[in-house]
Amino acid sequence: MTKEMTLKSVVAELRDGMTIGMGGWGPRRKPMALVREILRSDLKDLTIVAYGGPEIGMLCAAGKVRKLIYGFVSMDVIPIEPYFRKAREAGAIDVVELDEGHLLLGLRAAGHKVPFIPTRVGLGSAVMINNPQLKTIRSPYEDGEVLVAMPAIKLDATLLHVSRADRNGNTLTFGPDPYFDDLFARAADKVYVTAEEVVDSIASDNPEDMKANLVEPYLVKGVVNAPLGAHPTASHYSYGWDLPHLKAYVASAAEENGWAAYFDKYIAGGEESYAASVGGEAQIRQLPLPTM
Amino acid sequence: MTIAKDFTLAELIIVAAAEAWRSDGELFVTGIGPVPRIAAGLAKMTFAPGIQLTDGEAFLVETPVPLGPRGDFKPRYSGWMPYSRVFDSVWSGQRHAMVTPVQVDRYGQANISALGPDFRKPKVQMLGVRGFPGNSICHKNSMFLPNHNKRTFVEGEVDVVASVGFNPKNWPEGVKPAADLGLIVTDLCVFDFNGPDHAAQVLSLHPGVTFEQVQEATGFPLLRAAGMKVTEAPTEEQLAIIHTLDPHGVRTTVLKGNPPGIRAAA
Repeated sequence: MTKEMTLKSVVAELRDGMTIGMGGWGPRRKPMALVREILRSDLKDLTIVAYGGPEIGMLCAAGKVRKLIYGFVSMDVIPIEPYFRKAREAGAIDVVELDEGHLLLGLRAAGHKVPFIPTRVGLGSAVMINNPQLKTIRSPYEDGEVLVAMPAIKLDATLLHVSRADRNGNTLTFGPDPYFDDLFARAADKVYVTAEEVVDSIASDNPEDMKANLVEPYLVKGVVNAPLGAHPTASHYSYGWDLPHLKAYVASAAEENGWAAYFDKYIAGGEESYAASVGGEAQIRQLPLPTM
Repeated sequence: MTIAKDFTLAELIIVAAAEAWRSDGELFVTGIGPVPRIAAGLAKMTFAPGIQLTDGEAFLVETPVPLGPRGDFKPRYSGWMPYSRVFDSVWSGQRHAMVTPVQVDRYGQANISALGPDFRKPKVQMLGVRGFPGNSICHKNSMFLPNHNKRTFVEGEVDVVASVGFNPKNWPEGVKPAADLGLIVTDLCVFDFNGPDHAAQVLSLHPGVTFEQVQEATGFPLLRAAGMKVTEAPTEEQLAIIHTLDPHGVRTTVLKGNPPGIRAAA
């Protein structure tokens, strides 16, 4: 049984109103090919959960988002995501702005199928005021400490971008940091993975290689061959983030009908022509990996 | 050690900021932004060799990584610090960060999230609270603010309490406000929140700056700490280390006009 799918067949399995988790971190390893396919679809009213980068701004700009659950939305070297900022300042979306760690704990609770995980994080901060659904709990032990009961964040689907996958749903994710892709996967009913390459088998003689395996195949519903599928975000060790492109994307937000122009220029033509529209494969593969 | 004759305000601030980590043993230290990062590197290369720094991505390094293009410098890695382990360090209290909030108030609360009275429709959306709520309740934080004025050090409360402080009304009943604030380093002075009832108190004034001038630029009352002094000038040795940590001079862009370390008398 093969788990191989296409971008279109994955998006066809998503429904209006779903809660969807995005792997990666800011401008790093975002499932952008699938995000672009969502942008081309008529999906709407989505709740998006992420350590957000440009995927959040794009989905907001395209009117796909009803609600955002996030620890941040930033492109790192470009601190402010322009379309996210616009959507927020227009009051256009519901938001659950959490501490970065809350997101981790909420996803972990969902993955472990418990209703909450206790934490001190949030006490004394505006997170508790802006999110009255967050409740506190008193420790049942002698200490009696008051803690935040961070509720499970359950996801209908999670979209991840990985380095290598096979048709059985085995995956390898290279790079300095796995971020929280494993927790996003475990919190979701269905996980769809795009990969820089899909191979017959990821099997290796070197057990050390398998430290790059973040999730069990039973979590992975679909695998899509999507080389360069994280562009314009970074995908270790294939290419870095595309700073000139991100700057052009940011600039589009200051133009009248800027989003429509960006969409028409890069996205509308389909994923087949995407790489060519942003400079071509050879140029993308030479984008330097970030050094901070 | 030779006291430098010629130095910039940014360099004076870097040396003052490094002091934040003087007694930190082997804590995980994060200087976020160029000045805090250079300061953390300076601390590690001088009086705080045990503090743990990263390459800015996900690895611990024993020699601080210089800012910007690295030329011949090749980082040597001595540990792995992916975000999952950052959170483990944060939540166990084994970290001391230096951050640059947009607003700070008399309670030591700080904001990087958004500006304006209505969080549902902010006047200016910034970063979101990021890790500030968890950082500030779990471990020590110092701050660097390059523009000391009443827009940054606000009169009332910050618009969004991202980093927690000592205002009891923001804490649940029965929970004692808990924040561990280190040094607040600005372009005018160094202060902390260790006065009576966590009041802000000035520890040192940068050369040529008066206490009245700092108070005038601050939206809440300041105290003079016992032994308040003039911020110490860098030594030539410190300037040399700062240069190796910032070979491309990013520090010259942090303060408007890159002013000299000793201001002309007002």
